Amino acid sequence: MEPEVIAKTRVSNKKTAGKLLIIVVAMFGFGYALVPLYDVVCQVLGIGRFADIESGKYDPKAQEQLVKDMAANKDLTRNVTVEFITVLNGGMKWEFKALQKEVVVHPGVMSTVDFYAKNLTGRDVIAQAVPRILPGNATKYFTKIECFCFTQQIFKKGEARNMPLRFMVSPALPKSINTITLSYTFFDTQPVALK
Amino acid sequence: MSDHPTGIKRWLFTTNHKDIGTMYLWFAFTMLFIGGAMAMVIRAELFQPGMQVVNPNFFNMMTTLHGLIMVFGAIMPAMVGFANWQVPLMIGAPDMALPRMNNWSFWILPFAAIMLVAPMFIGGDFMAGQGPAFGWTFYEPLSGQYDKLAFFIFAVHLLGFSSIMGSINIIATILNMRAPGMTLMKMPLFVWTWLITAFLLIAVMPVLAGVVTMMLTDKHFGTSFFDAAGGGDPVLFQHVFWFFGHPEVYIMILPAFGIVSQIIPTFARKPLFGYASMVYATAAIAFLSFIVWAHHMFTVGMPAAGELYFMYATVMIAVPTAVKVFNWVATMWKGSMTFEVPMLWSIAFVFLFTIGGFTGLMLGVVPVDFQYHDTYFVVAHFHYVLVTGSLFAIIAGVYYWLPKWTGHMFDIRLSKIHFWVSAISVNILFFPQHFLGLAGMPRRIPDYALQFTEFNQISSIGAFIFGGTQLLFLYIIIKCIKGGDKVSDEVWEDAKGLEWEVPSPAPYHTHATPPTVK
Ligand code: HEM
Ligand SMILES: [Cu+2]
Repeated sequence: MEPEVIAKTRVSNKKTAGKLLIIVVAMFGFGYALVPLYDVVCQVLGIGRFADIESGKYDPKAQEQLVKDMAANKDLTRNVTVEFITVLNGGMKWEFKALQKEVVVHPGVMSTVDFYAKNLTGRDVIAQAVPRILPGNATKYFTKIECFCFTQQIFKKGEARNMPLRFMVSPALPKSINTITLSYTFFDTQPVALK
Repeated sequence: MSDHPTGIKRWLFTTNHKDIGTMYLWFAFTMLFIGGAMAMVIRAELFQPGMQVVNPNFFNMMTTLHGLIMVFGAIMPAMVGFANWQVPLMIGAPDMALPRMNNWSFWILPFAAIMLVAPMFIGGDFMAGQGPAFGWTFYEPLSGQYDKLAFFIFAVHLLGFSSIMGSINIIATILNMRAPGMTLMKMPLFVWTWLITAFLLIAVMPVLAGVVTMMLTDKHFGTSFFDAAGGGDPVLFQHVFWFFGHPEVYIMILPAFGIVSQIIPTFARKPLFGYASMVYATAAIAFLSFIVWAHHMFTVGMPAAGELYFMYATVMIAVPTAVKVFNWVATMWKGSMTFEVPMLWSIAFVFLFTIGGFTGLMLGVVPVDFQYHDTYFVVAHFHYVLVTGSLFAIIAGVYYWLPKWTGHMFDIRLSKIHFWVSAISVNILFFPQHFLGLAGMPRRIPDYALQFTEFNQISSIGAFIFGGTQLLFLYIIIKCIKGGDKVSDEVWEDAKGLEWEVPSPAPYHTHATPPTVK
């Protein structure tokens, strides 16, 4: 091949590589952009980590109004079973259980259930409970008025205590749902803080 | 021109596309045997219910490393090896566009592979299974709890660098270095499929690099992308992973489509039926592959609208895929077919890949997938598309081009034995896994309920035969390199394409002056 052709090809190869490198960098950024994008989608659909409307953006006024509205439409003829599951993350040495395995409630009526936890790790622990509701589409009809999952829980070494959960099921809950399962996973936040 | 360093220096410092292609192919072949040995351990353990051969953690490590090594170590490097050897030959270029970068992209690979398997050997007790044991999909939160995670993450980073550099090189070569007259729509289909695959790689390898980087900062720097304790979400991991993962499966199959599209016309003695539709179908598959990822996660609890969307989009991929299958069949239709060894593998490819396509279609249907997700049915599906799909195409390609590379014809009798034993045993190996899945046997378990015993035994026997037969392949290749009947430049009767116009064996430098394209 003639030298000038070779030189020209060399230049265009570098140019092409440069352009492609821009795509590479952009796509790396796009991977990270999926994180806020996912949050937006979940928020719009009311699922995932926004399952609980309160977490993050808690508006006491709106909640008060919501509870009032639900109570005004309470339905004493309808029974909904709420089951509780408790999970400890990654072999965390704790005792953690709901004092009642399940309760039967009426939509629009407030209920309270106590959870019991004991720190057996031999050190002070800051723990965080993460809730999850099943079936997923029941999530937006389940309102927690007070929950130990709203804040981090500090447990001294060996400490044990009861923690309340106050909640209300919305009268608008679809008729097809008669059982709601609420699962809590307790996480030791130390690994997060220390790493 | 042809004087170049010899010995180890030739291979360490080479910028020659043929040398680099050869190294890629040998690397892939080595990995095929390492990954294959792991598969033998898996099938030995599953020969009977109960725990016989290894402990559960070691078993999990085997499934994990088998998957990772086959995907990133065997199939992908083999395809890049073909690209290195064939793309310049087929488009009439003297070499790859960026030869020095080409050398790096290859030489990163062995180090990545070492990083991946090294944790197996750290800390003394080999049989305890110190390596990664969380599945090739490395789902959070399980993977985040692995204490040697950084090895895995940096291995993936290196693999990513290697593929990205390789892809940039391939695209630049194809776009800038075609011989005069070689318009895009005259390019051989193998070149087309690689052009599109390289774009896929450039688009998704950075996302994979991103997801492992998030895991790294979650574990060591206090971020909480996936860590629920800090407000993260493990389901997010699955979304980001599969955004990479689904295009990745097409990265492994598109070049295979290309290889088969070269071979079938040669031995049917007809031009490829519907060349333009093949190109458009490939592009359509590549585009669709970006918008179907959540079919791998139908069971995570998506809203019904999401499930429906991903179902329709997934099923839509069957259309361009079927276009390809019909075109291959139409190419053979009324052709003067002969059944040389590369053709045998290609026909087996068309037949068996289609079975995998059908089971994919089944899994794309949401209510069906709820039943069969994470069962052996999925394992059967992806082994039909990957083993009898990608791997068969690779083997077909090796037989097709090996005489051009070495100047010798391989041992035809042995290679026919290799084909028939492989084609039969691979079905003994994977077909029963459909039944196991339909009957409810979960994947990734070292022990199983008694009623699954017979099919597992059949499958394991098939596996041992299939695995053993590949040693014959190694022998055939070595024998062919060392000697054999001299072949003509054309090698196969009336083969079309620029690669058949250069001498056999292909000299160290080819197309130094651009060939003329009719
Ligand atoms: C007709 C086209 C295809 C369709 C509709 C399809 C559909 C699917 C679906 C729905 C799943 C998820 C199953 C589950 O986990 O429940 C799946 C899994 C999988 N597919 Fe396909 N597929 C197709 C072609 C391919 C091809 C060509 C390849 C690769 C060459 C491939 C490789 C895989 C792999 C590796 C998995 C399993 C991933 C894992 O480990 O979970 N598929 N496929
Ligand atoms: Cu997929």
